[in-house]
Amino acid sequence: MVRYILTKFVFMFLSLFLLVTATFALMNAVPGSPLQSEKATTEQIQKNMEAYYGLDKPLIVQYGVYLKNLAHFDLGISMKKRFQSVNKAISRSFGYSFRLGIASIITSVVAGCALGIIAALYHRKFLDNLAMIIAVLGLAVPSMVLAPLLQYLFSVKFRWFPVTGLKHPIDYVLPTIALSLMSIAVIARLIRSSLIESLHADFIKTAKAKGLAGHVIVWKHALRNSILPVVTYLGYLTAGVITGSIIIEQIFGIPGMGQFFVSCVTDRDYPMIMGTTIFYAILLILCRFLADIVYVLVDPRMRASAGKAVK
Amino acid sequence: MQPEVQAGASGLSPEQFSPLGRNAADFEKVVRKSRTAWQDIRYRLTSNKLAMFGLILMVVIALFAIFAPMFSHFNYYSNDLNNANAAPSYTHWFGTDDLGRDMYVRTWKGAQVSLFVGLAAALIDLFIGIVYGGIMGYFGGKVDEIMNRFAEILYAIPYLLVVILLLVIMPPSLTTIIVAMSITGWINMAWIVRGEIMRLKNQEYALASKALGAGSMRIIFRHLIPNAIGPILVTLTLTVPSAMFTEAFLSFLGLGVQSPVSSWGMMISDGVKAMTVYPWRILFPALFLSITMFAFNVFGDGLRDAFDPKMKQ
Repeated sequence: MVRYILTKFVFMFLSLFLLVTATFALMNAVPGSPLQSEKATTEQIQKNMEAYYGLDKPLIVQYGVYLKNLAHFDLGISMKKRFQSVNKAISRSFGYSFRLGIASIITSVVAGCALGIIAALYHRKFLDNLAMIIAVLGLAVPSMVLAPLLQYLFSVKFRWFPVTGLKHPIDYVLPTIALSLMSIAVIARLIRSSLIESLHADFIKTAKAKGLAGHVIVWKHALRNSILPVVTYLGYLTAGVITGSIIIEQIFGIPGMGQFFVSCVTDRDYPMIMGTTIFYAILLILCRFLADIVYVLVDPRMRASAGKAVK
Repeated sequence: MQPEVQAGASGLSPEQFSPLGRNAADFEKVVRKSRTAWQDIRYRLTSNKLAMFGLILMVVIALFAIFAPMFSHFNYYSNDLNNANAAPSYTHWFGTDDLGRDMYVRTWKGAQVSLFVGLAAALIDLFIGIVYGGIMGYFGGKVDEIMNRFAEILYAIPYLLVVILLLVIMPPSLTTIIVAMSITGWINMAWIVRGEIMRLKNQEYALASKALGAGSMRIIFRHLIPNAIGPILVTLTLTVPSAMFTEAFLSFLGLGVQSPVSSWGMMISDGVKAMTVYPWRILFPALFLSITMFAFNVFGDGLRDAFDPKMKQ
């Protein structure tokens, strides 16, 4: 068990290291210096600026300094916005994205599970078909289509919700729905197929033969065995929420990380892009790592095999 | 007494109700033609109405994408500022955008881009995935362990971040998008192939081929891969919509294809800004992006069900 987690941890670290190195290499492969500007500067000023940003040192030293700073969670300084550190910019915008992300994850899991359970219990009946139609639509309608649609219908036409911003609880409704529909669809399909499978398993027949009540069979016996795929999916759900939020924040005018990231990309502000990418990556890789551990903790079979040998 | 009278009346006699006896020859009689595995799959697929609907939609959209721009009076790049933001009409079926470009042609040009990216990314994934996964699965042991670890490390790196990072650096073009998407996109396919090969490699026909002196590569690519075609095909079909989504996502952010070439993602991002005044500018690209993603997803699902023997009933 401990060994399993340790191995996973080492590999998580390797992935991160690979990404950081690749990011650093890519950013340095860009032609031209980030300090070039239209304004004419003397050679001395250029040199001073290079020294200030540490760009006069050899690449390998720069790389070492970058790694060292990263270990202290220092992501560097912006080259376009003066005197602004990447850390500060992230901490200013992350709050919005975090709250929206949490709202979306909770919505996805709750609504997805509910939809999936209903579909499985009424397998091949009207409610199953209805739930699966919703699920297929969720997969087919991307957030960049859904978000403007919701905004147009409920904010502009009916005026039920505010168009943009994220201050009051009511502001969360539309962005959360737009961000969650795809994951609701995925979770509903996962739960449905695994619940249908476990409802046909032998241990359910035994439970029925024992005379257990229907709800006990579903909740205690069948569902516990079919919740596992959802646990694995949680790590990917975070990834979906993060990338989804890049678009959603743009459309709903939320000053979160996603919008910040896009503005860095359009500005070609390399240290900012690099810092944000690495921040996102740490977040995502950590979430997947946690999902892996939770998976082992939840599934007794995995626990047994992880204790003996590492896969 | 009674039954005899009745039987006589309806032309039936008691002898007709006696058991025929078990005739061994009858049991072996083939009542209808037997179906091969492929016919079974085709039958299950064609009897799935939703999947067939998806297939028809796919074909229709592909035909429009290829031919609609050819047979229009307009092209996707000419500006006509006197006719900017025109509503859908007889001349401009889908209206025009802020530069007066015909939205009908631009929508189908966008379909070309979307389909091309989706198919190209899926085919590259297929090629790398089959080679990597095939080798991983067939040789097993140390080779498998090292290659698998490498894939795992690469897989943990968030896909979209890598793509965005590469696009920031490389000049934006269709090739760049496809290359960027293929860097980590193939891993899923490789794992599917690996699992299939591991399952198949101990079967008798692989052993027979080995006994006849066939090399590893011949066994993998001539014997094992063709037998793993089902899951590979399903993964391929489901890769297309996700690649199309990624392309739309990148173009939405302005990292994808550049104007004047159109893309659904770019048109949606332009359309959002003018949504309340000129709704047709977002309506058509959004509609066709959704329809295409729907078609591929539904068809992929149908294909998976058709290949899954558990669905046989």
